[in-house]
Amino acid sequence: MKKIIALLLAAAMMVVAAGCGGEQSASSGSGSGSGGKQITMGFSQIGAESEWRTANTESIKQAAKDAGINLQFSDAQQKQENQIKAIRSFIAQGVDIIAFVPIVETGWDTVLKEAKDAKIPVIVVDRDVKVSDDSLYVAKIGTDSVKEGNNVFKWIDEYMAKEKKTPRDGGSQYNVVVLEGTVGSSVAIRRQEGFKDAMAKSANAGKYNLLASQTGEFTRQKGQEVMESFLKSYGPKIDILFAHNDDMALGAIQAIEKAGLKPGKDITIISIDGVKGMFQAMIDGKANCTVECNPLQGPLLMETAKKILAGEKVEKLVYVDEGVFPADVAAKTLPERKY
Amino acid sequence: MDMLKKFAGSSLFLPVVALLVLLVFNTIFVDGFLSIQLTEDGRLYGRLVDILNRSCSLIILALGMTFVIATSGIDISVGAVVAISAAVVCTMIGGRGDGVAQMPMALAVLAAIGVGVLCGMWNGLLVAKFKIQAVVATLILMTAGRGVAQLMTEGQIITVYYKPFEYIAGFLPGMPLPTNIFIALAMVLLVAVLMKKTSIGLFVQSVGINATAARYAGINVTLVIFLVYAFSGLCAGVSGLIESSLIRAADANNAGLNMEMDAILAVALGGTLLSGGKFYIGGSVIGAITIQTLTTTMYALGVSADQLPVVKAIAVVIICLIQSKKAQEMFDAWKARRMSKQNGKKTSVDGKVAEQA
Repeated sequence: MKKIIALLLAAAMMVVAAGCGGEQSASSGSGSGSGGKQITMGFSQIGAESEWRTANTESIKQAAKDAGINLQFSDAQQKQENQIKAIRSFIAQGVDIIAFVPIVETGWDTVLKEAKDAKIPVIVVDRDVKVSDDSLYVAKIGTDSVKEGNNVFKWIDEYMAKEKKTPRDGGSQYNVVVLEGTVGSSVAIRRQEGFKDAMAKSANAGKYNLLASQTGEFTRQKGQEVMESFLKSYGPKIDILFAHNDDMALGAIQAIEKAGLKPGKDITIISIDGVKGMFQAMIDGKANCTVECNPLQGPLLMETAKKILAGEKVEKLVYVDEGVFPADVAAKTLPERKY
Repeated sequence: MDMLKKFAGSSLFLPVVALLVLLVFNTIFVDGFLSIQLTEDGRLYGRLVDILNRSCSLIILALGMTFVIATSGIDISVGAVVAISAAVVCTMIGGRGDGVAQMPMALAVLAAIGVGVLCGMWNGLLVAKFKIQAVVATLILMTAGRGVAQLMTEGQIITVYYKPFEYIAGFLPGMPLPTNIFIALAMVLLVAVLMKKTSIGLFVQSVGINATAARYAGINVTLVIFLVYAFSGLCAGVSGLIESSLIRAADANNAGLNMEMDAILAVALGGTLLSGGKFYIGGSVIGAITIQTLTTTMYALGVSADQLPVVKAIAVVIICLIQSKKAQEMFDAWKARRMSKQNGKKTSVDGKVAEQA
């Protein structure tokens, strides 16, 4: 009995000691870990600005539990200085490995150097960092925007062939309009690049015509307004709409309905992200496909961390699997969606 | 001819000319710009309808902003208040997928407008009672307001599936034009009637020209200033309703983003001086429509995304120059010089002179 109380006390103290960084994950490992040394990972998350981010956090916490890794979780509440503080405290605690989602790209050199000097490997998760020396981190885990763009085109090409759609203007080419993300954002640039690349390399490249491309700034409002204008300019010609994110597609759907056309039927609609609203639209038959931008990066992170600590070599860039969800699986998938 | 001359001298002349220049440009360069079709269910469909539909919320914001600016104040919080109002109405109706409203829509609409008025009263209190500079006082709500909206929506975009909600900025069954155009029209008419039948306009103007003199003349300056900010808040509340109804959702991050700047620009384009005093409601309305026409033009011409802001900026500069008195004097002087030069030479350039004229 005394032993159990002592153990509980020790566990409680650990929670208190580490809890100052913010939310503390329930670490189940300390009691059950019998074989081998347990890994401790310090993880600094940006905060909880969206459903997507919340899913990202949940995934990492769950994966740590499953992998038997002791996770020291710290919430930076959207501030870089909090992240730097958290990483310093991880170093002071002597964790085995550090992972973090960088809130901004720059300003990490000093603190990562400290980690390197302390011989603690660092994994960058989800976003990019710009550092003078690439050896400051061991691996980067994230989503591949170029591949998402690739997948969009691949799906369109297959779908058009499968459904035996004919161009609405009676010509020989399908006309595509694109709603781009915020001008200059890396995600928008890479998604567009991936889409165009896949189109150029495809054997069916001649079947598609990029009619117009304009920024909708990743918002519903602008997506709707720009689509309204596209419809006025090229109304009867548009066959396919590709939106860089789901929200713009959702705005565009309303504009298409207002123009008296049937979204999802007259105009084939595909976008990227995989938020719940888009699944709802697909169930209603108003959209055709969404390419996932996967926040569930936890399992891959834990796997990579274990490999690094076991001395195995890992790729510098590791990407999570990302699904493509067409409308026919939407109803089945929606209840399972975590974000 | 007399009427034309009278119009040329009126305050509305230059804003209208600027808008007409844009419209003529569009008619020439954009295919089917003026075409309006009647759809099967009796709705009007065309770019002109789009422009009016999208400029409504800006017209309403500019309406409130005109009075604020006339008292030589400024309200840069309206964009954030739009976001708050949108958040209120959408969270109250709720985002249930089956299209059922959590609370009656009328209540939600009243609450959204009420919150707008409250925000405006807060600004008015700071400016009128505590004499904080208008920019600083409204800056508080500008930065904090979006946070409040975020808090209400819990950082999510709330989509409303309740059908009647889309009627605010959409078409009521059987109506040829979207409802928000009627809302904007009603508000403009209301203000116009108030200006004509009461002396509110005179009060506002005199406060703007010289607050001390106005006070000696027996005007309750504090109350007038308080009321103009409250009215601006009301306008922002209504605007928020329209903005959220347009996309049937509350997007706390983006609803009304940068709209305060567009509203100020609309007032300025309308001929009201930012230093206060004389103000032109009609001008502000035309200014708001001009701004939206410009945006629509850019999309219609297919200006590429990365060049859009530059082209827009150049267009705004040209519009401002058309309206500038000084620029006009310079142009007139240049024309007169040219004419006299050509007359002096007495060569065979008559054709060219005629062309110039």
